[in-house]
Amino acid sequence: MTSSSPPLPTTASSPASPRGIKRHHGLVRIAHWLNAVVLLGMIASGLQIYMAFPHFGMKGRVYPVPNPFDANSLHRGFPEWSRLGGWLAGGLNWHFALAWPFVLTGLVYLGFLVMTGEWRALVFRPRDIRPALQMQLYYLRLRRDHPPQGKHNALQKAAYTFIVLLGALSTLTGFAIYKPVQLAWLTALFGGYELARYWHFVSVWVFIAFTLLHVALVFLVDPASFRAIVTGWYRGRFPSHG
Amino acid sequence: MADQRLDRRDFLRLGLVAGPASLVAACGWDGGALLRPRLGTISRFNDWVGEHVLLSSSRLAPTYDPGRRSGTMPSYFISDATPLLPNPADWALNVGGLVRKPTRLTRAMLETFPRVSYTVKHHCVEGWTAIASWTGVPVATVATLVEPLPGARYLRFDSFDENYFNGWDLKSAMHPQTILAYAFNDQPLRPDHGAPLRLYSPIKLGYKLTKYLTRMTFTAERPGGYWEDQGYPWLGGI
Repeated sequence: MTSSSPPLPTTASSPASPRGIKRHHGLVRIAHWLNAVVLLGMIASGLQIYMAFPHFGMKGRVYPVPNPFDANSLHRGFPEWSRLGGWLAGGLNWHFALAWPFVLTGLVYLGFLVMTGEWRALVFRPRDIRPALQMQLYYLRLRRDHPPQGKHNALQKAAYTFIVLLGALSTLTGFAIYKPVQLAWLTALFGGYELARYWHFVSVWVFIAFTLLHVALVFLVDPASFRAIVTGWYRGRFPSHG
Repeated sequence: MADQRLDRRDFLRLGLVAGPASLVAACGWDGGALLRPRLGTISRFNDWVGEHVLLSSSRLAPTYDPGRRSGTMPSYFISDATPLLPNPADWALNVGGLVRKPTRLTRAMLETFPRVSYTVKHHCVEGWTAIASWTGVPVATVATLVEPLPGARYLRFDSFDENYFNGWDLKSAMHPQTILAYAFNDQPLRPDHGAPLRLYSPIKLGYKLTKYLTRMTFTAERPGGYWEDQGYPWLGGI
């Protein structure tokens, strides 16, 4: 393995600029915030849809998959405030309408990463494994100094690669249960309709866990990155781009 | 150390995003008078994509071994009690609308036509599934008999279960697995499953499968449906 990395995308301004360095393109910022709102709506309408049959498996034959949200006499399911749509039809209409901006935003974002070469700063590759371990040691306070990094550290790369894959998983499992006959091959790939519906549901909780960790890390480790995803300009502790 | 403070402007911007988002999520909102029609328009567009992009007129739904039938297949109707014919012997299916040869088909006549039998998975819009066997006459066979006119673009199925009805696109209706079913799990169709005749197809959600059939009408205008008119997706194709 070589120690030199491919050239990272360079930015026009120097760290000396009073505004800091330009970190996020406008398109990325719009995609980020649009996605945040759309995902919230997708989850809330999805919970509304789930409540129509708050179990997994076939009728009268519930699958032995872990589901703390299986509605029964003790647990009545998701509270009304967490749902969007009012009833099943409303939930479905929100869900199938928001699916368009969710998928299109994702595709535009991925297209942008590919076209600009920006993906190099984001995609987690095998050579990121060792730096990721070093970052983990730093976070666990087993290493004193912050390891050198590019635009993102190796753990961030892992997180941002993972979340794109999670978006792909939720989209594909969504199509698998939307058209289980026309896209029977896709549904079969996830183990059939009932299991595809389960993976679709699991992806929700991974999204929520990711978001909580993501927001916590922003404010605990690098609050300046919040300004960067809003204005595009970063002037925090980790300005290194080299 | 560089400035890490979030200025007021940033919080304002966050509020602009998070405010409406939490408002939307904070109640069981169906979009209200302003957004509900927009959601309906998108639903129509999704119907179009479903029919013209995703639906194949020849791809068959997976079939199963009869041994895999579900123990339960919920029965469902909108009437207060199981809809029953006062005089079953008088029942016949009226096939008409934009056709050359309007026809009246008795159950005995339907049973003389070539039959289709399959064991398939039933998908309810609620999210549950169940496997069962169905036997009947393809809608396409009946269509050949009555000869639809060129202007016919949709099919309307009416029932004697109150005012329950469904509108179908012709492409789905002419699918080889779309049948007028008179038998369920090898037995004559029971009243709780739509006797004497019901629509069945493994390529549609359950609410599109009209039970207690009385009439089948070819139309030029798109018919709605009992649930479809209340907001459920019109195509209901899977």
